[in-house]
Amino acid sequence: MAETVKVYSRPKTLIDKPWHFCPGCHHGIAHRLCAEVVEEMGLQEMTVGVGSVGCGVFSYEYFNFDGIGPSHGRAPAVATGVKRVLPDRLVFTYQGDGDLAAIGTTEMVHAAVRGEKITIVFINNTVYGMTGGQMAPTTLMGQVTTTSPLGREAKQAGYPIRVCEMLATMEGAAYVSRVALFNPAQVVKAKKSIRKAFETQMQGVGFSLVEILSACPTNWGLSPLEAAKYVENNLVPVFPLGEFKVPEGVK
Amino acid sequence: MSNTELLLMKGNEAIGEAAIRGGCRYFFGYPITPQSEVLEYLARRLPEAGGAYVQAESEVSAINMVFGAAAAGARVMTASSSPGISLMQEGISYIASAQLPAVIVNIMRGSPGLGGIQPSQADYFQSTKGGGHGDYRLVVLAPSTVQEMIDHTVMAFEIAEKYCTPVVVFADGMMGQMMEPVILPDIEPVPSEKPWATTGMQGRGPNIIHTLHLPPDQLEWHNNRLFEKYHQIEAQEKRSLEYFTDDAEILVVAYGIVSRVARAAVEKAREAGVKAGLFRPVTLWPYPSEALVKAAGKARKVLVVEVSMGQMVEDVRLAINGRVPVEFYGRIGQVPTPEEILNKITQLIAEVA
Repeated sequence: MAETVKVYSRPKTLIDKPWHFCPGCHHGIAHRLCAEVVEEMGLQEMTVGVGSVGCGVFSYEYFNFDGIGPSHGRAPAVATGVKRVLPDRLVFTYQGDGDLAAIGTTEMVHAAVRGEKITIVFINNTVYGMTGGQMAPTTLMGQVTTTSPLGREAKQAGYPIRVCEMLATMEGAAYVSRVALFNPAQVVKAKKSIRKAFETQMQGVGFSLVEILSACPTNWGLSPLEAAKYVENNLVPVFPLGEFKVPEGVK
Repeated sequence: MSNTELLLMKGNEAIGEAAIRGGCRYFFGYPITPQSEVLEYLARRLPEAGGAYVQAESEVSAINMVFGAAAAGARVMTASSSPGISLMQEGISYIASAQLPAVIVNIMRGSPGLGGIQPSQADYFQSTKGGGHGDYRLVVLAPSTVQEMIDHTVMAFEIAEKYCTPVVVFADGMMGQMMEPVILPDIEPVPSEKPWATTGMQGRGPNIIHTLHLPPDQLEWHNNRLFEKYHQIEAQEKRSLEYFTDDAEILVVAYGIVSRVARAAVEKAREAGVKAGLFRPVTLWPYPSEALVKAAGKARKVLVVEVSMGQMVEDVRLAINGRVPVEFYGRIGQVPTPEEILNKITQLIAEVA
């Protein structure tokens, strides 16, 4: 009789409740990766997660550690307040593209400028998901959304913002990377990247950010599999994957 | 610095020192005239005191850093002046809803818009009636001297922690900039227990601080709970002072810097044989309505004086409720002189004679 080996279980940092996310959405994977890394680093008792407004708004209902629900876009400022009071804790934000790269651009940029020892986990799915698929600052050229019904045009709405490339120019930003979740190999890479970001923070090196290219099948009008392909074929050429900045010692 | 030594201190710096003595170790702010000395003082003093200070990129960020530090269990303060306080309103609504203790200092300047840098009291509506979105209240303390700026700052932290709610120290550009002799408190504040703080679980279950209540019954329950607290504050925290009100026929009502000028005018009126008195609210919310009605018991006219176009006068009229006429005298960009107020008192007494 073959021996049973347990290779997979829910991390104790993730509460056992069904996701509110749509089928094929990558938020669930991203949540789980954060939770796994917190558990593997032994930081469940030392972590404060700061959510956002958007599809990530309920992160505190899934993570089994302390959590804060801030106002729209202000998570990096809230995280700054927590971290300055509790410098030895792991403090990370979980924000979407509207929250981080539109209304929260100031807070994001200046957290990086200060070299604030926090981590931003940035979900880029090119749309405002929670409000029903409006154009985001990361929406691709020509991409149809409810507020760019003819497709995003430069004349009307400019160009997609590349957060990693912008933050990589800043001395205070220590670890900056862009990953994706469109196949298992990418998921493994994404997890390693989140771990590096958290280690950058816990070693006191500086600010860290991981951008995760994610699928939003519902608002893209695609099946889960088509949406994963869309990330690979349409998002990656505009938002190239890779590490933009890696500090010595966490390589 | 002993607790009996008389020092000459600027209002803004006195607030900074009072915060440290009141146990505050975290400050997040942004430069704006006439408040900047609070920031400058704490930038130097907080690291000495073992705390942390961040010059934020905006008042929007500053108030959200306050949110984070308060959530992490710290005694925390921010300070700004009118336009900056406007930018903080969203964050203040969240802090009130999340029931976090925090102290917000407003060194008011002329407005609306960019206005001016002179003293003002025109943020009364903003601070006492809401300012941000939703049903919430702020405790608003109105000092009138540099010594009271110190005492009220210390008291603000105590009230904020007692009720888990934001408290505003409500002063103006003249008080922020002027120097007066003060005695600094020599106190050992005892921080309250904060079992709700998001500090990392450290052996307990997760603590969550948020302001989202999607189910209507849950949101209504949350609002009811907030208002149970506000009713308790109304029952326990109303403060006011009175001068010569026992037989006052003309009752002047003024707060903050104006109350000092009004007191001088009332004294001059008394010298001239006019039965004038002064009622000075110290808490602007909760408003000391009952004490005001009592003080106005013999009044034939009430005169409200403000550095605004008339804001607190509405609360006075609500309290007086038509019993006697309520008149208003206001200036913009400058504090009225004792002579101006005396003239108004003389005019009113002639009308009722």
